Amino acid sequence: MPMSKDEIFDKVRATLVDALSVDDDDVRADATVMGDLGAESIDFLDIVFRLEKTFGIKIPQEELMPRDILQNPDYVVDKKLNAAGLAALKKAMPHADLTNFEKSPEIDRLAEVFTVGAIVKFIEAKLASK
Amino acid sequence: MRWIWFDRFVEFESGKRAVAVKNVTLAEDHLHDHFPGYPIMPHSLMIEGMAQTAGILVGEARGFSEKVILAKVKRAEFFTLVRPGDTIRYQATVDGEVTASGASTTGRIFVGEEPVGEVDLVFSHIDKNMSGLEFPEENFVFTGEFQALLKTYRQQGGAKVAL
Repeated sequence: MPMSKDEIFDKVRATLVDALSVDDDDVRADATVMGDLGAESIDFLDIVFRLEKTFGIKIPQEELMPRDILQNPDYVVDKKLNAAGLAALKKAMPHADLTNFEKSPEIDRLAEVFTVGAIVKFIEAKLASK
Repeated sequence: MRWIWFDRFVEFESGKRAVAVKNVTLAEDHLHDHFPGYPIMPHSLMIEGMAQTAGILVGEARGFSEKVILAKVKRAEFFTLVRPGDTIRYQATVDGEVTASGASTTGRIFVGEEPVGEVDLVFSHIDKNMSGLEFPEENFVFTGEFQALLKTYRQQGGAKVAL
């Protein structure tokens, strides 16, 4: 039987609580992993290893955070994504809600789209395709 | 290159598990400061010993081609003190496998049969994870000096040395 969204959320929450030493209550679906939960870039590596173990999946780094798009000069102009870059990002990150980011697509703001909900959605899709 | 906090690998299973030993001796300067009249092995240096044991385990898995750095101490817990004359055993296990980005490891520390501590770590292959930043071409983690030491150990250690 496939795991329900609530079960996935609970496991993601437990992972983030362990990895970032935050309280259960802080890990809400709309919390941003870096802004609200205080994760640093190096924590992502830890979180990815823990999620792989918890869910028995492989998470290639490029799938969660498509760096190649952010470094592609065809897509990034003055530290902002252009229309083509935004389209590529949407395709590469179907798990993230880019509504707010789109309004001012500065790459420095991309951290804001990494919410707990986005991770849950990412895992859900991964498990479904397993 | 003198900053090596274990003496020898006694078990080594590539990409999976390694056990290293360290003999603690009163000839080591730091024990006279930690603490004067009460020499005990600092727990911080045992974290370093585990980081080196596990870090070499992670590095060897890719032929020492990656710059493996300690990214995070996930957990470090100690239960007892280690004194001069003790032999520390660092047991490091890779969680799952070494991936393109790095590895997570579980570590157990013993003196004889007695558990001393538990140190779980995360290692990063920095060239893969800090894209955008420039690092020197040469491998400053596994240096030529390190490789030379390893070669000597391998040639002369015979059956005693597992790596």
